[in-house]
Amino acid sequence: MATTTIAGREVHVDAEGFLTEYDEWDEELAKQLAQNIGIDLTDEHWKVIRFLREDYRTNGETPTLRRVSTVGGFPTKRLFQLFPKKPAKKMAYIAGLPKPKGCV
Amino acid sequence: MRRLLVLGAGTAGTMVVNKLRPRLAEDEWEITIVDQDEVHHYQPGYLFIPFGDYRPEEVTKPRRRLLPDGVRLVIDEIDRVDPEAKVVRLAGGTELGYDELVIATGTTPRPEETPGLLSDEWGRSIHTFYTLEGATALRDALERFDGGRLVVHIVDYPFKCPVAPLEFTFLADAFFAERGMRDRVELVYVTPLDGAFTKPVAARHLGGMLEDRKIATETDFYVERVDPESKTLVSYDEREIPFDLLVTVPLNMGADFIARSGLGNELNYVPVDHHTFLSTEHDDIFVLGDAADLPTSKAGSVAHFEGEIFVENFLRHIEGKEMRAHFDGHANCFIESGYGKALMIDFNYETEPLPGKYPLPGVGPFSLLEETEMNHWGKLLFRWVYWNLLVTGRELPLPALMSKLGKRIEEVGP
Repeated sequence: MATTTIAGREVHVDAEGFLTEYDEWDEELAKQLAQNIGIDLTDEHWKVIRFLREDYRTNGETPTLRRVSTVGGFPTKRLFQLFPKKPAKKMAYIAGLPKPKGCV
Repeated sequence: MRRLLVLGAGTAGTMVVNKLRPRLAEDEWEITIVDQDEVHHYQPGYLFIPFGDYRPEEVTKPRRRLLPDGVRLVIDEIDRVDPEAKVVRLAGGTELGYDELVIATGTTPRPEETPGLLSDEWGRSIHTFYTLEGATALRDALERFDGGRLVVHIVDYPFKCPVAPLEFTFLADAFFAERGMRDRVELVYVTPLDGAFTKPVAARHLGGMLEDRKIATETDFYVERVDPESKTLVSYDEREIPFDLLVTVPLNMGADFIARSGLGNELNYVPVDHHTFLSTEHDDIFVLGDAADLPTSKAGSVAHFEGEIFVENFLRHIEGKEMRAHFDGHANCFIESGYGKALMIDFNYETEPLPGKYPLPGVGPFSLLEETEMNHWGKLLFRWVYWNLLVTGRELPLPALMSKLGKRIEEVGP
C-alpha cells in the first residue's frame, strides 16, 4: 500500500488516493482532501462527513449514497450540490474512508 | 423433534432443503419451507423472453415438484420474524416455531421507489424484464417498435444478476440488426456507475463491446425521476435523457417482512458473516442468496456456491461445533453478447473477473471474458441444469471456491 504526504503528514492511500487507514484521518486532513477536489467545507459538509465517519465505525463499510440519504437523512439532491458529479466517491474521499464498493 | 424453517422456496431455499433432507434424520428434524405462491421461476430465463427466444411457460414449474419428500410446503405471506420468541408469523395468522431459521426470500424490483416509473407509460413506453409479466410485455413492445431511442437504464446497485442489463443491450443490438433496422435504433446504456461494470478489467472489456456496437453510454447517472409526459429520465444533477422506449432495472429491495422484523439494512438485506452466512445478530438465523447483505453479486450462481458451504457448516452448527467452511464470495455468470455468442466471468470477494478458461484451467470448455459460441451453448444448457440438477441439490462438477489457475492477470491503466 502506497503512502503520500497530505497536510504535512504521511498517510496510507490506495491507487486513487483514498485513505486506507481509518485512524490516520482527522479534520485538518479532511480540509486538505476537500481542497484537493475543489470543495470548501461548510457546516453542512461537515455534518455529512461526520455521519460517514460514524457509520463506517459501526458498520465497517463505506455507506452508499442511498444509505447516506435514507439513514443519514441528507436529501440526495442536496448531496449532489454539496459534492458535485460523484457525491458517493467525493464524500468517502474527504471522510478518509475506502472507495465505496457499492456495486458488485 | 427439532425444527428447521426455511423462508422462500426459490433458488437458494429449494436447493438447501434438497441437500439437507437426506442429511437430517426424519425422526429428529422436521423441515418446513414457506413461500407466498406455488410457482418457481427460472429467473435467468426472463432475459430471453423479450426477444422471443423463450416462451413464458418455459421458465416456470410448480414449487412442489422441485421439493423432496419429507419437506412441508406452506403457502402464505410472511408477516414477521420474532427472533426472541423463535417464531415466524404468517399473514394468515399461522405461527411457525423454529430451532433454526434460514431466510432465502431474495430481492425484488421496486418501480414504485422511483417517481414516474409506475405511470400510465408503465407497460407502454416504460418496461422492465425483471418480472415474467414485464418481460412478456416488453416482448410485445419490441415486436411493435419501429425505430427510435431505446434506453437501457439502471436505477441503483446492488440488483440481481448485475450483467443482465448489459446482456439485454447486446441482444437488442443483434435483434435489431437481424431485422434490418439497427440503423433506425439509437441504443443508450445509462448507469449510476462510472463504467460498464463494477470491476475494472471486466468494465474495460464490456465497455469496449458497447463501443464496438455503437451503443452510447451515459455514466454516473443517478436517476431522480422519470417524466412520463415528455418521456425523459431526469438525474439528481439535472441531466435529462429522452427515450422512446425505456427498459429500466428498478431499485431492488429485500422482502418487507425483513424490515418489519427489524432484521435488515436500508434495502432490507440482512447483515451476515461474509464467510458462513450466519446472521451477525442471531445465532440461529442463516441468510442465503440475494436476501443477505454480502459484498458479492446477487445471482443464482452465488446461491449455488453458498449452498455447498452452508450445508457443511449447518451440520456442524446444529451439533454445537465450530463452522469450518469459509465462503470466498465466488460468483460466475454467462454474458450473452448476441449473434449466438456469450462471454463468461468468474470472480470472488478478492479477485475481479479475469481472462482465462473455466472450469478446467487452460482447457475450458468455457472462455472467460471472451465471446465464444461454446459459452452461449453453456448458457442455454444451463436452464436444463437448473431444473434438473441445481435446485434439486445434485452435485455439479463445479468447485464452490474460486480458482485463480489459468487466469491472466491484466493491469488496469489509469
